[in-house]
Amino acid sequence: MELNMSKIKRLCSPDHLRNFYEKFGLPRLIISLFLLGLFILAFIMKMDLTILLSASLDRIGMNGLLVLAMLPTLVTGVGLNFGLPVGFVCGLVGGVISLEYNLTGFTGLFTAMLCALPLAILTGYLYAALLERVRGQEMMVGTYVGFAVVAGMCIFWLTAPFRNPSMVWAIGGTGVRVTITLYEHYSRILNDFLAFKLFGVTIPTGLLLFFGFFCWLAHLFFRTRTGMAMVATGANPMYAMSSGINVRRMRYISVMLSNTLAAIGAIVYAQSYGFLQLYTAPLYMAFPAVAAALIGGATLKKATVGHIIIGVVLFQTLLTIALPITQTVLQGTDISEIARMIISNGMILYALTRTERG
Amino acid sequence: MNEPKITPQTLPEKTAGQVKTGKKFEGIMGELYVPLFFAVLCLLGIVAAGLNPRFLLNEIIIRLARNSFLVLSLIIPVIAGLGLNFGIVIGAMSGQAALIIITHLEIGGLPGFLLAALISVPFALITGYLTGLVLNRAKGREMVTGYILGFFANGVYQLIFLVLVGTLIPMSNPKMMLSSGIGLRNTIDLIAINKALDNALLSSVRLGAFKIPWATFLAIGLLCLFTSYFTKTKLGQQMRAVGQDRHIAAVSGINVDRIRLIAIMISTVLGAWGQLIYLQNIGTFNTYNSHEQVGMFSIAAILIGGASISKATIWNALVGVLLFHTLFVVSPLAGQRILGIPQVGEYFRSFLAYGIIAVALALHAWQTKKKAASREKE
Repeated sequence: MELNMSKIKRLCSPDHLRNFYEKFGLPRLIISLFLLGLFILAFIMKMDLTILLSASLDRIGMNGLLVLAMLPTLVTGVGLNFGLPVGFVCGLVGGVISLEYNLTGFTGLFTAMLCALPLAILTGYLYAALLERVRGQEMMVGTYVGFAVVAGMCIFWLTAPFRNPSMVWAIGGTGVRVTITLYEHYSRILNDFLAFKLFGVTIPTGLLLFFGFFCWLAHLFFRTRTGMAMVATGANPMYAMSSGINVRRMRYISVMLSNTLAAIGAIVYAQSYGFLQLYTAPLYMAFPAVAAALIGGATLKKATVGHIIIGVVLFQTLLTIALPITQTVLQGTDISEIARMIISNGMILYALTRTERG
Repeated sequence: MNEPKITPQTLPEKTAGQVKTGKKFEGIMGELYVPLFFAVLCLLGIVAAGLNPRFLLNEIIIRLARNSFLVLSLIIPVIAGLGLNFGIVIGAMSGQAALIIITHLEIGGLPGFLLAALISVPFALITGYLTGLVLNRAKGREMVTGYILGFFANGVYQLIFLVLVGTLIPMSNPKMMLSSGIGLRNTIDLIAINKALDNALLSSVRLGAFKIPWATFLAIGLLCLFTSYFTKTKLGQQMRAVGQDRHIAAVSGINVDRIRLIAIMISTVLGAWGQLIYLQNIGTFNTYNSHEQVGMFSIAAILIGGASISKATIWNALVGVLLFHTLFVVSPLAGQRILGIPQVGEYFRSFLAYGIIAVALALHAWQTKKKAASREKE
């Protein structure tokens, strides 16, 4: 017995190893190992890794901003922004307005973003005002506000006064189509900007630079006065209040920032995908973004830009390569959708049930 | 033993209301506000759609029979302070697992239906227990956790019936399975137990021009009786105490976690049976989708009936089903008549379902916050 105890003690003694494990967290470890396993499997099956990697990079850049949108609300303690669709539809409205005037190229892209910005700030303010009143239930209320906004926007799309024949229904002439192709406008314009091939892997330079630029901005932002005040608000609201920080204002700012990032993220997503998806498409947009942030190591109390980047890389790579690999191995049965459901929701559950103790 | 200590806590509210009749009236108006609003909306919709009243009544009878059981299964967790149980989706999945088994065994009719109800119990008890364990670790966030848990369980459900059946779980049944021999088909025909319960009793007795599923209404009535009886038992009173204040309940010697577990398990079993009733009425089922909307529609219905996150009664459930499903029938037709676009009505209806849940949740959170603030002032 005694011997056993000392043995265990000795095994645990390298503090740095334990520290590393605790810092890294069990779920991240499992996901990383799973990912590694998939890559090894792909290698054994002699699959073309370059295609898989190119697709992964695409998806990382495509979803990056949406995941980054989780950061401000997590930092200030508002929680996971399940109301992501609120910002997302603002981006879609911007995109549709830019299409209405047949704008193409970077002009089209940036016009879409410029149109989306004021909308996102305004709706962000209203959304923040609501969340402030329901403190403690932000996530559940946010989820359903997001759903309600998407459903309400469906009516808007049907009755909206857009006239450009390339996007309204061919029959009847009113109402926007369910998916609008961006092929003639700004499809993949960020992806192809300065894109090059490295060992057969296509690097979507513009897309990654754009994401990187926003990460850098976020990183800088949290060093400013306002940013630090936001971190303090999340860490300990009472302490923050007593040291003269306007906690309410910080929460408002964080929700508006998150909403704006979601709107811009929606446009980046659409240009990378090549289509604007309207109506019910944005309904479940929040869930993969939430899961990615949590996989990266963010918790309901603490989150950094690093967590976001790690999360989006791990989660999106996993999703991208799981489909072709499992299809090759299992011949036809598609478990990637199932794996996505179990992993992403399991991750969210883990986060929701864990923090109670902390 | 704890009973005398606990009952007084529940009483003051009632007596206070009775003493101040003015306040009581206000309270009733406050409660009726939501159902009244939706009743007006329903009436407007009916007028706008220009529906044949016989068609409408028939639809409502069918939908009341189909959905009431599921909605009633939400009441007990509300009493225990767990909020609206988004986890009944998990109960629905347990019910479907039982249905898959009896369809595979080719047992039809009422015996098949009852057997399915019996088989679903152990599944629902186990999944309900697990749900309860998870929710007990997320106190204060039960609803969002239950909601996500529903999605998670959906993943596990799909893993079992799409991948494991035919590989790890030996089964071969070309009628139910995909041609590859792995996984179940997307839709399963329930001809064998189609309307097994609806037609079980006095199926030839009509009420005027309407066909009434007597046995189903009997089951619903029994559940109403059970629910109202249950709240008066010792266990029910303990649940009420836990629902009102966890900490006070714990201090007075109630095992809070255990009570919450029981509440969720009961709700899960009832959810499974509710889903069975729902599916025997519909007659076919989408293996991978039938359960998805169950939680949301049931919760929207009970909220429209005037329930809140901390208070729900049988009447809330029944009135809610009536109003919600009237809107469901009416709104596409109203949309068609008013704007000439039927989809507008359809989107309006999902907007209502989502919106009512969002508003109810927001109002509740807002009120709790206000109450806490006023308590602090005192």
